[in-house]
Amino acid sequence: MSLLNVKNLSVILATNDGPARAVRDLSFSLNKGETLGIVGESGCGKSMAALALMGLLPELSETRGEILLDEENLLDKTEAEMCRIRGNRLAMVFQEPMTSLNPVHTVGNQIMEPLQLHLGLSESAAREEALHLMDRVGIPNPEARIDNYPHQLSGGQRQRVMIAIALSCKPDVLIADEPTTALDVTIQDQILELIQNLVQEDGMALILISHDLGVISENTDNILVMYGGAAVEKGGTEQIFNELVHPYTQGLFAAMPKLGRARTMRLVTIPGTVPDLINLPAGCTFTDRCPIATDICRNTPPPLEEIEPRHAVACHHLQEARSRKTEELFS
Amino acid sequence: MSDTRSLSFLSRCRRSRSFMVGGIMTAFLLVCAAISLFWTPGSAYDITIANRFLPPSADHWLGTDRFGRDIASMLMTGTQNSIVVAVVAVSIGLSMGVSLGLLAAARRGWTEEIIMRLSDFSFAFPAILSAIMLTAIFGPGGVNSILAIGLYNIPVFARLTRGSANAIWAREFVMAARASGKGRLRITFEHILPNILSIIIVQATILFAIAILAEAALSYLGLGTQPPEPSWGRMLNEAQTLMFLDPMQAVYPGLAIATAVFGLNLLGDGLRDILDPRLSRKR
Amino acid sequence: MSVFIAKRVLTLIATLIGASMVIFLVMEILPGDPALVILGVDASDEAVRALTKELGLDRPPVERYWSWITGLLQGELGNSYAYKVPIWELIEGAMLITLPLAVMSIALSIVLALVIGLYAAANHNKAGDVTLMGISQLGISIPNFWLAILLIILFAIELRWLPAGGFPGWDEGILVCLKALLLPSLALATVVGAILARITRSSVLEVFREDYVRTARAKGLSQRATLWRHVLRNALIPVLTVTGIQFSALLTGTVVVENVFHIPGLGSLVLKAINNRDTIVVENVILLLATMVITVNFIVDILYAVVDPRLKAHDI
Repeated sequence: MSLLNVKNLSVILATNDGPARAVRDLSFSLNKGETLGIVGESGCGKSMAALALMGLLPELSETRGEILLDEENLLDKTEAEMCRIRGNRLAMVFQEPMTSLNPVHTVGNQIMEPLQLHLGLSESAAREEALHLMDRVGIPNPEARIDNYPHQLSGGQRQRVMIAIALSCKPDVLIADEPTTALDVTIQDQILELIQNLVQEDGMALILISHDLGVISENTDNILVMYGGAAVEKGGTEQIFNELVHPYTQGLFAAMPKLGRARTMRLVTIPGTVPDLINLPAGCTFTDRCPIATDICRNTPPPLEEIEPRHAVACHHLQEARSRKTEELFS
Repeated sequence: MSDTRSLSFLSRCRRSRSFMVGGIMTAFLLVCAAISLFWTPGSAYDITIANRFLPPSADHWLGTDRFGRDIASMLMTGTQNSIVVAVVAVSIGLSMGVSLGLLAAARRGWTEEIIMRLSDFSFAFPAILSAIMLTAIFGPGGVNSILAIGLYNIPVFARLTRGSANAIWAREFVMAARASGKGRLRITFEHILPNILSIIIVQATILFAIAILAEAALSYLGLGTQPPEPSWGRMLNEAQTLMFLDPMQAVYPGLAIATAVFGLNLLGDGLRDILDPRLSRKR
Repeated sequence: MSVFIAKRVLTLIATLIGASMVIFLVMEILPGDPALVILGVDASDEAVRALTKELGLDRPPVERYWSWITGLLQGELGNSYAYKVPIWELIEGAMLITLPLAVMSIALSIVLALVIGLYAAANHNKAGDVTLMGISQLGISIPNFWLAILLIILFAIELRWLPAGGFPGWDEGILVCLKALLLPSLALATVVGAILARITRSSVLEVFREDYVRTARAKGLSQRATLWRHVLRNALIPVLTVTGIQFSALLTGTVVVENVFHIPGLGSLVLKAINNRDTIVVENVILLLATMVITVNFIVDILYAVVDPRLKAHDI
């Protein structure tokens, strides 16, 4: 039985212009010790899916489907029950380390908070543990840093503090939403490696969310590609990098800057913009930007079909998509 | 292009309830003042002791005061007074304050330091306090209260202008303009002022309301508009001595002040929503 | 922290000196000879000259400013022209009424603001929020002296629960005095409280959208715990600033409201002094009021740094 099992998750946000279908029919499962990468452009619904897992969506929203953590549906839980799960069994690291820490409390107090809340540690025991956690996430000289305020720390260090907070109660699942996007390139790798190591040490499951296929490819076991609020392709990381099937995945891959590519070559972009979540097209959401779209794509939503065990793609033109050669992608 | 823009501006105006209600109330105020210039239901000046304390009637909509003057007419004529005081006071504050603020932002350095310290300092003397000082020197009167309120408005505008102008000076398009060799004066008028105009307009609306309040308070204390010129604050003062006799007389002028201020505040809120959606947008 | 406070204290002193100079200069250019005012227009030139000398008004301005300030520091302010009693006595009596009134009003408005603001924010966009914000918008628009009159009509004339005005004096017992100050402080607190309530509400709502609030929720803190531990302190920063600004409005409000209730505080004193051309009293009362405003803003500055650790580091 998998640790986390998400079935047909849908999120509908109320906006001024009408309901927006931010996530549609998302299904995936995650085992203990596994890492799942969710990749897609900004606005594809990946962050909304993460917030839905945490039960932290904005007030005027609706979540449908099932989120089973150890066979228990989180969507059936009361708010008080969710408070006991959040930060304890499910934890999250956010994208913006600069603004994700409270400026008026010391970092030590912020790390101690979940320890006192969930583990019932005393003030002194929590402080001890906080020092230990700070050391574990690689903050030099924790004794001096623990009484610092967030503004006295660098962006990388603040993200380490965020990771310490998330890991404090040894959660079953850690969700990392673009944990390195706001950081300097040199620090990005350190932070990813840190997350990876800590997750492995504690044997927890990780959901790594990124727009960067490179980050995902190096750090995950499975990949889920999201577009317009829905999964367009999912499978094992190796499977997907062996054969990129969905035209959108191919586009993402082609748009990735690579070392060694001739300098004269222009960086490829996917033409067009992400779909409007309020007025979603009737058929495949990628139609308008897809190089191989036909009429059927416009009118009928494609089903998610397995093309090999565990590797599923939602496209009407699997045959044609699979026969596209890598060179074509760069034309 | 400009058509669609103005259209969306109008539709935004229509969508903002604060703006519509506030606008209508303010317009009502202006119309009252305009009508009172050539017509009032009775006389706001004629003292006819025989007519004192008449109850509301067709001739005297809200009755008469202890001198037999028509209260409705006094209220209408009082509108003129409030508007004139507020317009002049806000204009003084606006012209001086905005100029100083722009200067501070354009010159920085010592100029900015001096202007800002001075304006900090003037916060120690709120409108009524400075008005009391001025009246102590020049004696009570309408002009002095206008001056005092206007003086009080200068640092308010100066601080706001300087703060917002500094933010614009730091923007890329201003950098570009400076790089292309444009002078500070020219940049101020071409780029800075147009970009902070909406903030200034909103502030002016709110200070307009505050000016009406301050004038009423000064007139109430007998430091502002002098008799026989009708003014809302003065009417309240006169009505207070009659509280036991005819409490309604103390209600009308206050209602007039509250309506004017309420309308202007709403208008200001609405304008802020319309002119600067960033400030009011909800996530 | 101590450097921060030292800097603030220096600014405070500089501002106070500046304020006293402005007041002195303004009073200096005041037309009308105090001696002439005291003796009346019919007085002989001789008598006027003699009194001018007696009051020390023939000395150069710098010297007189200096003796004013040194006298001020020793509590020696001279005599009122009109009442011939020491000014300090007049001011002391008045201050013992105005200060409690101001403190009572600001306390009342803060309580009002927090209760209304937090309730409205917690019920964002629901009926309670909309109603309270409508009422507060109205509260901002009502002149405090009119509200004072309405309160008198309602509570003193119609219901006869509270006195319509006057002040019994502290010798008569604290309760009677507080009762006399209740309506005035209510009139003052309503307007300031309405302004602060709106600031509190919008500030709380704004902070609730901050990323660190999401972090707190992700830790497992309940909505209520998040409000108390993470939102309130940050949300209070703008409320504090506005409270400081509003205090000066409140203080000048007391000048007006005291006159509505015929309370012999600083406001009544200064108005009477103006009518009597008792400039030396005007001068000192205005300096006192300005000092109170400046001091409150000084306290707010210090509190600001206590609430927001970022300021200690970045202060100029």
